[in-house]
Amino acid sequence: MFRMTGAEVLIRLLERQGIQTIPGIPGGANLPLYDALSRSPVIRHVLARHEQGAGFMAQGMARVTGKPQVFFATSGPGATNTLTALADAKLDSVPVICITGQVPRSMIGTDAFQEVDIYGMSIPATKHNFLVRSVEELLTVIPEAFRIAASGRPGPVLVDVPKDVQCAEVAFASWPEPGLPATPRDMPAGDLIRAAEMINSSKRPMLYLGGGVIQAGAAGAARAFAEKGGIPTVMTLMGLGAIPSDHPLSLGMLGMHAAPCANLALEECDLLIAAGVRFDDRATGKVEQFCPGAKVVHMDIDPAELGKIRPAQQALVGDVGQALQGLLPLVEDRPNQEWLDRVQALKQEQPMRLGDAKEVRSAYGLIFEAARLAGPEAVVATDVGQHQMRTAQAYPFRTPRRWLTSGGLGTMGFGLPAAIGASMARPDLPVICFSGDGSLLMNIQEMATAVEQHANVKIVLMNNNALGLVRQQQELFYEGNLFASSYGCCVDFVRIAEGFGMRAVNLDTSADPAAEMARAFDHPGPCLIHATVDAAQNVYPIVPPGAANKEMLKGEEYADACA
Amino acid sequence: MPMPAHETMSSDGGKCCAVLELAVRNHPGVMTHICGLFARRAYNVEGIACMPTGDGSSSRAWLMVNEDERLDQVVKQVEKLHDVIEVRRHEGGHPVFGGLEPYFRS
Ligand SMILES: Cc1ncc(C[n+]2csc(CCOP(=O)(O)OP(=O)(O)O)c2C)c(N)n1
Repeated sequence: MFRMTGAEVLIRLLERQGIQTIPGIPGGANLPLYDALSRSPVIRHVLARHEQGAGFMAQGMARVTGKPQVFFATSGPGATNTLTALADAKLDSVPVICITGQVPRSMIGTDAFQEVDIYGMSIPATKHNFLVRSVEELLTVIPEAFRIAASGRPGPVLVDVPKDVQCAEVAFASWPEPGLPATPRDMPAGDLIRAAEMINSSKRPMLYLGGGVIQAGAAGAARAFAEKGGIPTVMTLMGLGAIPSDHPLSLGMLGMHAAPCANLALEECDLLIAAGVRFDDRATGKVEQFCPGAKVVHMDIDPAELGKIRPAQQALVGDVGQALQGLLPLVEDRPNQEWLDRVQALKQEQPMRLGDAKEVRSAYGLIFEAARLAGPEAVVATDVGQHQMRTAQAYPFRTPRRWLTSGGLGTMGFGLPAAIGASMARPDLPVICFSGDGSLLMNIQEMATAVEQHANVKIVLMNNNALGLVRQQQELFYEGNLFASSYGCCVDFVRIAEGFGMRAVNLDTSADPAAEMARAFDHPGPCLIHATVDAAQNVYPIVPPGAANKEMLKGEEYADACA
Repeated sequence: MPMPAHETMSSDGGKCCAVLELAVRNHPGVMTHICGLFARRAYNVEGIACMPTGDGSSSRAWLMVNEDERLDQVVKQVEKLHDVIEVRRHEGGHPVFGGLEPYFRS
C-alpha cells in the first residue's frame, strides 16, 4: 500500500511519465506541488519569468522531442497567463500539459483570492481539460492527460488541481500505467489502392506536406514516396524540414510568401496529394482558386480535417506515416518526365529572389550566415513577422523537428522561450532564435531564464524599430497609411541583454560583422546578435489577403524576370 | 400552434431537421464543452435534453439543431470531444422533443 499526498502522487506520476524538466512559476495555490517537486530526484524545475514563457518553453521541448511536456502555473493570473501558450499549442497540435493550482474546493465559486474559472476559460484553447475533484482522481487524470495530449492529433491539455486536493492524503495499492499514445487504427487497404490508382494515373501530381507529417515522424516516408513517384513537393510553414529545402523535388513553402514557382506549379497540377495539412488560408490563398484543376487525395489523422475546406476524392483517415508507407509499394516508379521538366523550368524562371543576401547585415544575409555558423544540426526558432517569413523562405532546412515557429496562432513572443525550451530538451544542439524587435519585447524577460539556464541560444535580432509585417500590410493594402506600426523610442537591446547578464554583440558597429557573428556562435551559452535592418524593405512575394495564390505581388527583386 | 409530435419550430421559423443523440460522460463541464463548441461556430442549438443513464456515470444528451451545410463539420468536432462517447444523428427529427412539447406551451 502506498500512502502520500496528492502533490506527491502528481509529481511521482510525472516522473513515471519520463518528465525531466518542468518550467513554471509558483504561487499560493500550487505551493504544495512545488514542495513535492523540490524533493524529486529526477525532475528539474526551470523558473520562468512569465507563465506564457513557461508555456512556450514546454512547447519548445515538445516540438523538438515530439513527446508531451509539462508546465506549472498557480491559480488566477498565473493560470490566465498560460492561455496564449495553450491556444498556440492547440492550433499547431503540440502536446503540452499545463498543471495549474486552484483555490481549495470549498472556496471554488466564491470569488476567492486568485480564483478564476480556468477550466471554463481553457475549453476552447485546449484539446481537453480537467478539474480534479478528488485526490484519488489524480491517479487516472494524469495518465489520461498524457494519453490525450499525445494520441491522434496531438494537443494541449490543462489539469486544474485545487490546493486541498494537493494536500489531501491518499492510499492506493499500485501505480497506474503511464499514459501512452493510442495506436492509430489501420488504414483500409482499399482506400490505399484507390489513392495509388489516382496517383499512378495522374499526369501532374504535387505533394503538399504539412505539420502532420512532422508530428507523425513521417518525414522519411514522405521523402521516399516523393522520390519513388518523382513527385514535386511543397511544404506548409509547419511542414518545413519534412524534406530538405535543397532536395531536387522540393519547391519550398507554398502560399502567401512562397517562391513564385511553388504557387505556379500548384496552379497546373492535376492531382494534389495532401499529407498532414489542413488547407489553411495562408497556404491556399483564395480557396476556390487553389489548385483549380486538381483532384485531391487527403491523408490526415484527424477525421474532422477531411472535407473541412476542400473535399477530397480520396480521403485516407489515419496515421500519415502509415499512409505514405502503405502507398510506397503501390505507386509506380515511373516519374512523369514532361511534368518534372515543366516544374524544373518554373523553378529556373520563377525562383525565390533574396536580394542582397550576400551582404551579412541584410535580413537574408543574417539568416544564411547564422545557418552556416550553427551548422546542419541546428534548431531554428522564430518569432512572428517579416523575419519569420524570411527565415521560412531562405533557411536551408534539412531535418524535421528542428523548426519551431508559431504557425496557426502567429504569436509574437513565441521565439525566445521556445528556443530556451528546445535547448533544455536538446542541450547537444545549437539553437538559433530569429526575432524582430516587436516580438522580442513580448517575452524579453525570459532572457533572464536563458542566462540562468546557460541555454545555448543565439538570438539574431533583426531590428527595424517597427512592427515590420504590419507596416508592410499598411503600405501595400492601406494606401501607405502607416499608423501605429513603428516605435517612437529606440530600445537599446544590447544594453538590455547585458542588463540580464547576457552576452551581446552589435553588428551595426562592427568592422567585420561576419567575424563578430562567428565569435558569438563559437562561445557557448546565450547571446544576442543585434543588427539593424531597413523597415521599408518588404517581404516578397506576397499574396494579398483574400486573393488567389497566383495573384502574388512581387517586389522590385522580381522586376526583370516577370512577364 | 399544433405540430406533429416530432416536428418543432426553430428560432428562425424553419423546421428543425436534425436531432443529435449523444452518449457522454456525466460530470460537471460536459455540457459546457458541447454547447461551447456550437456557440463558437455561431451554430444555434434549438433544444436540449439531458439525463443520466444506468449507474449515472454517463448521460444521454439530445440536441435539436438546424440542418445546414455546416452540420457535418460540427458533428465531426463533437465526435472529437473526449467526454463524448458516441454521436447518433437522426435526420428529420426524433419524437423525444415532441414528448416534451406540452411543457413548452406558453
Ligand atoms: C501577440 C501578437 N500581437 C500582434 C500580432 C500582429 N502582428 C503580426 S506581425 C507583427 C509585427 C511584428 O514585428 P516584429 O516582431 O518587430 O517583426 P518584423 O515584422 O519587424 O520582422 C504584429 C504586430 C501578433 N502576430 N501577435
